[in-house]
Formats: sequence, structure tokens, C-alpha cells
Amino acid sequence: MRDTTSAAPRTSATPLLQTVGLTKRYGSFLANDKIDLDVWSQQIHALLGENGAGKSTLVKTIYGLVQPSEGELRWEGQTMVLSGPSQARARGIGMVFQHFSLFDNLTVAENVALGLDGKESFREMSARLEQVSRSYGLPLDPKREVWRLSVGERQRIEIVRALMQNPRFLILDEPTAVLTPQEADQLFVVLERLKSEGRAILYISHKLEEVKRLCDTATILRGGKKVSTCNPKAETAASLARMMVGTEIKEVKPAASRKITVPRLVINDLNLEPDDAHGVRLKGISLELRGGEILGIAGVAGNGQDELFAALSGERLASDPGTIVIEGIAAGHLSISRRRKLGAAFVPEERLGHGTAPRMRLSENALLTGHAAGNMVQHGFVNTAATLNAVDRATETFDVRKAKRDPEAASLSGGNLQKFIVGREILRNPAVLVVSQPTWGVDAGAAAVIRQALLDLAAGGAAVLVTSQDLDELIEISDRIAVMFHGHLSASLPTAEASREKLGLLMGGSSLETKEQAHAADT
Amino acid sequence: MQLILEKRAERSKTVALVSPLIAIGLTIVTMTILFMVLGKNPISALYVYFIVPLTDGYSLQEIAVKATPLVMIAIGLSLCYLANAWNIGAEGQFLMGAVAGSWIAVKTQGTEAGHWVLPAMLLLGAVAGALYALIPAICKVRFGASEILTSLMLVYVADLLLDYLVRGPWRDPQGFNFPTTAEFDPVATVPTLIEGGRLHLGSILALIVVAAGAVLLGKTIKGFEIRVVGAAPRAARFGGFNANQLILLTFAISGALAGLAGIIEVAGPVGHLQPGISPGYGFTAIIVAFLGRLNPIGILIAGLFLALTFIGGEQAQITMKIPLDVTKVFQGILLFYVLACDSLILYRFRIVSSSPQVARGAH
Repeated sequence: MRDTTSAAPRTSATPLLQTVGLTKRYGSFLANDKIDLDVWSQQIHALLGENGAGKSTLVKTIYGLVQPSEGELRWEGQTMVLSGPSQARARGIGMVFQHFSLFDNLTVAENVALGLDGKESFREMSARLEQVSRSYGLPLDPKREVWRLSVGERQRIEIVRALMQNPRFLILDEPTAVLTPQEADQLFVVLERLKSEGRAILYISHKLEEVKRLCDTATILRGGKKVSTCNPKAETAASLARMMVGTEIKEVKPAASRKITVPRLVINDLNLEPDDAHGVRLKGISLELRGGEILGIAGVAGNGQDELFAALSGERLASDPGTIVIEGIAAGHLSISRRRKLGAAFVPEERLGHGTAPRMRLSENALLTGHAAGNMVQHGFVNTAATLNAVDRATETFDVRKAKRDPEAASLSGGNLQKFIVGREILRNPAVLVVSQPTWGVDAGAAAVIRQALLDLAAGGAAVLVTSQDLDELIEISDRIAVMFHGHLSASLPTAEASREKLGLLMGGSSLETKEQAHAADT
Repeated sequence: MQLILEKRAERSKTVALVSPLIAIGLTIVTMTILFMVLGKNPISALYVYFIVPLTDGYSLQEIAVKATPLVMIAIGLSLCYLANAWNIGAEGQFLMGAVAGSWIAVKTQGTEAGHWVLPAMLLLGAVAGALYALIPAICKVRFGASEILTSLMLVYVADLLLDYLVRGPWRDPQGFNFPTTAEFDPVATVPTLIEGGRLHLGSILALIVVAAGAVLLGKTIKGFEIRVVGAAPRAARFGGFNANQLILLTFAISGALAGLAGIIEVAGPVGHLQPGISPGYGFTAIIVAFLGRLNPIGILIAGLFLALTFIGGEQAQITMKIPLDVTKVFQGILLFYVLACDSLILYRFRIVSSSPQVARGAH
């Protein structure tokens, strides 16, 4: 049945929570500009917006972490002043953060105990934890240490911790960002149940299909202002996206014809021990990537993607040179600079502190990866003109917006810095590009530019390896998709055959058991 | 009302230049209070400290002589600190350079050795300083030992070795049992620049070191590596720079410069090896390095300023009976304020109203 009204069924005359003209100023910057928001009980209310639209500031204000500069919060119609999160919790407001705040070396119960304000004994609390988690279909063993758990299970801890306070209003910040499609489905069942119990849920996401499926109402923020409140089921993903971004997003177009050429990056049975206790061991990873191809690597974060990136880039060396072959040359033992000289380029996940030195200028950050090859260094001296030239070219080709010609990397917005980093590597004309989370936390406009650049690079004959947690992104740009799970890499599927369901199963590790058995039978 | 520290979007260049001046200002205020507590007239004390040494040629030369080792050592230390390698033992490397270089002077004493003696002494002093600095660096790289502790502890080893040598094997037989070597031969002495003056060739060398440091840091890929490794270690590894190699390199350079400063001091202003050849140059140079913003030109200026406090301190002791240790107090307070003021480069003060109700009052 199609819902034609813009709002969900209302159970009471006043909203459970309201923000009235809520404004938050940081210096001269308006993070939230007169935002009015009504959230009713028994409703899942989506909060949509790009990075920097003001979603986080708004929910932090509701959770008492941020004090509004102007405007007020109302709880069941009454003015409410929160001086901290504990006051918010006392009212019945709970929050599940996007970034988990868990201690890896403590058990589940110990972590939950640290986050609770109550006075019950540890044993009572553990028993209640087990009971709450079981009754919501979120099974957790209170005695397990957190580092043994998967990302999905870690999120369960956060959700159960919030539920143990019996909240009437629950805020969830991008909860599905780290889940497989199947895990997300399980989460939706829990959220529907919470809703039917009469609770209100404020759901932050930028996955529009998910919002259309789950949410009753959506409020869209852009540049700190409320753009609209609408019924997401009556909108299309494209119309929601248009409201979020403000303009039409450019379609990403793959080249009409692409020549698949010689193997440019080959991994032969790569095994690598992790260098820290909580890292992931890489187990027998093999793949062949040819010029003109884009291979996507899907998988839930923490399944060995970081370790694979370090092994490919040469930040960690393999003992056997033959395990990594770049442009036909065994490179497993070569440093990152030597690999760059072979024609490889790398874009890591972390923009600040890994991909760039945050407090250094863009020209210096161009030198960071450009010094090995090209004309930036002559007889040990830096050619400043050449580094500045690299900045100008990246700026022009990839539309990097910045306040001056050569600012510090940290002063750029996430999207512009990512465009600079990707541009810096692409303009070196690499034969092989290994890129991790190319559009993570990047606004939609910049994401489209970056994806297009990757497609164009492959069309020009380079081999591109993309690791991402965004399945839509991988399906959009990859020719083939493989999945990482527990340090294994699955065989790759042609994108046409890689349905979300199939990939989701692989991300949960389902079909790998059978593969392992087959492998055991072989040997 | 509440005073909060707020992060700046970009580091402030103005404050980077002004912050040492604020630190000096705060130090002078503190010293004024200290002089008053000591029962001295603060105005005349400050006058003796900072103005009197600038009024005659002899003192001006002496400032340059004192600044020479400070600047040389501080340039080396700045490389270490930029690379996040904490060499606190420059004093020990200074003494080791002095000892090693003096060995040639002692052994060639009274022989017909030619003009090769002084260059050989300078070279050996630098090499010894570098090798001595490499001990904590290797311990750091190989075993993960804290270079702060090991480099500092080695200072006392060097100090005692020097003490042993001048009281034992190298003691001047005609020296009335004073713990000192004989005066070095002319070929083993750093020549002065002005006939009968104190200014010597080492000051020129210090200027060359400043220029070389500026070129290294500003123009070369090695200097860039040093800066990146300290500022963003993970990005440096991504860039292909080897942090351990840079720790060894910066320790070796700073050790060499400290050792060179040591042998120049002995073969120049002092003229023989004896205990107490350094009034703590190796430690004061740490202050010079930070006061100079780890920048070679800044270090040159800061070195001259700290040298002024040494001379001023001596003057104050003579004319006002203010203990010489007050100079060290001054230098310590100065370092404290320099580090405190540095936070203003990345942060700024803002006055905010502490309660949200007040802000809403306008609504």
C-alpha cells in the first residue's frame, strides 16, 4: 500500500522531541542555522545530508554534547536544557555513534558497564545485558573480549548499551556503514521492533534506498539549513539526492570501449602475518589485474583491507619478492619508492596523516609521493617550481577548491583534499593505481569527479584496484568484484553477475567455508 | 565568562614570529619579580643583564664567542627535534668532541707538527661527537630505548672521562697539579679574527653552519624527509622515507656539530683542556633551538640573545652580587614560556559565555 500522507501515524498531540530555531555557531561559521525538527514517538525519522551539512552538530545538540547558540530543545512540548549527555540519557535519549567507543582488551560486559550511569551490580548488569540482547535478537556473549568480535558484533554492543537504558528516543549515526547487506537487514528488523514499542528513532544515513525502505519521515539538511521535511517513500532516490546536494549530480560514464591488455598487477599466494596483535593475517591472496580493468574489493572494514594495502604499497614488505608483481617485475621486497618507479601509485584511506602530512603545504604533499620519479628532485635539491606546477595541474584538472594557491593540506575540505590526492597520483600517469576508500566521507559532487577519474584512468590503459565498503560505488565503476573476509580474498565475479545478495553472503564469509574444504581436499 | 583554547584552521605565521617575543617579555616580567624578591633593584638588574653587555666592544666580541657553540649545537639539535628524535645529550657530545680533538693537540705538543694539526683536531672532534651521539640513536633504533634518557645519561660519562684525563694521563706536568692539559701549541689553536681580540674563526664556521642548515631544511629532499618524519610519521612512511635512518642521520649530524663546537671551544677561547670548559652549552642550546623556532635564522638570533644572558649574568655577579645561577633560572623560565607560547601558533584564546541561557537571552 502506498503511503500518500507526508507524515507517519501520530500517537500523541505533541512531538516527543522538537528543536525550535536551533542554531549553533562556531566562530563565524554557522553549523546549524535555525533548524526546526519534530520527531514523534513510534516513528523512524531520517536525517539526511552531505558531510558538513550539520547532521552531527544537530544530533550532538540533542544528545547534550553541544550547547546551542540560539533556539531551544523541547521534550514533550516542554523546554529542555541539557548540560551533558548524562542528562540526555536521564530523559530517555540514547545514541549509537558511528565510531565505536569500545576498549578492545575489555569484555563486552565491562565495556557496557563503563557506559552506564546506573548503580546495579556488575553481575546484575551482565544478566540484564544478556537478557536484553537476546530479546532483541542481538545475541552477545558478555564475557568475550571486544577484539575478538566482528565489526557488526561491536555495533551490537553499542546498540545494546543504548537499549539497556530503555530509551524513548534513540539516535543512530550511519549504523549500516560498516554492515553487510544481510546484517543491515537484521538491524532493520530490530529498528522496526523498537518503533512498534513506541520509541522514536532518529536515523542518520546517506544511503537513500535504505532510508526509503525504513523511514517514515526524512529531514534534509544542506549547508547547516533545513531544506525540507518529506516522506521518503513518496520520493525517488534521485529527488532526495538533489535536495541533499542542491544541484543535479553528474552521471558517471564508463568509456564506450576499453581494451583489456597485459597483466599489470599480479598477486601470487600472498601470506602476511599482522604486525600488531589485533591485525588481520593475509591468507593466500591471489589476483591478476590487467591494463584497462578496474577490480573492486568489497568487504566489511577490518577484514584485511588495510593489511593488503600496506603489502601492495610496500609499507610492509613481503618475504618472497614473487608474491607481488608490478608491470612484470617481482616487487614484493621493494620499497614504496621503488614500486612507484615501476609505475605504481597508491591512495590510502586516511587522507590526513597518511595520504598527506596535514600541516604541510600542498606543494610539499605533492613532493611526498612525487619525489621518487619525475623532475621534482634534482641532485638532492627540491625543484619548487615543479612541485607547485603539480599542485596547479591537480587543481585545474580535478577542480580542487582552496583559499590560496598553496595552502596547508589540513585546511582543505575532505572532498577537495581527496580530489587533490587522487589527482596527484593520476597526473603521474600510473600503470597501476591501488586506491582505498576513494570517496569515503566525500561530498557527492567530489565523489562523482573521483569515480569518473578512475574510469578514465582505466580507459587510458592503467590497471585500477579499488577497495571500498560502498557496494554501490564498486558496482558502479568496477569490471569485476572480489570480497575480502578474514584475510581471504574470494575469486572475483564479473560485476554483471555480482548481485548485492551474492556479495553480501561473501562479505559474511558464507561461501568461503566450502572453498576452504575444497582446498583442504586438494592438498 | 570562560576562556577557551580554540584550534586554528591553519598555523598562524604572525604568532610563530611573535611567540618568542611574548615568551621573552613574560620571562622579563618574572625576572623582575625574582629580582625584587632577592632585594635587588629590578631596573638596574635588567639593565646590567641586557644593556651593559651591548655597550662595549669587548663584551660584544664575547657575546659572539659565547653564541658560537650555542648556535652550532642548536642547528644540529633542531634537525633532531624536527625529525622527532630527542637528543638531550649535546653537552656530552660537546665534551667528547673536545676530548677527542685535544688528543691530537696533546700528542703533538712540542713536536714539529705542521698546519695539519688544527684541521685534524676539528675533524676528529666532529667524528667523535657523531659517534658518541650514535650510541643513543642505535639503542633507540635497535632496541627501542628512549633516546631522551640514554643521551642524557651519556653526558655524565663524557664529563667523568674528561675529568679523568685531565687529572691523570693528560695533566700538564708543569701545571702545579691543576687538572688541566698544557696550553695548546699555536698550530693546535683556532686563530682569532682580530689581532688581540677574542673573536675567532669558529664564529665564521657557525655562520656557515647556519647557512648550510637553512639550505638543507629549505631546499633539499633530505631536509624535507626530516620535516615530514617529525610532522606526520605515517605520511613519511607512505612517502617512502625511513624514520630509523633519519634518526641515525640527525643524531650523527647534531653530534658532529656539538663535537665540532667542543673542540673549537677548547682550541679557541679556552686554549687547553680542563673541566668546566662548558657552562652548559649543550643544554642551553636546547633553549636556543626552541626559542629560534627550530629555524636556522631564528637560532642565530636566539643564540646571540642567550649568549647575552651569559655575559649579562657575569656582569650582574660582578657589579650587583647576583648569583651566577640566576642566569640558569632565567634560561629555564625562558624555555618554559617559549613552549607555552607555542600553543598559540595552533590555538587561539577565545572568550565564551559559559552558559547557553545567556546566549538565548538575546533570542
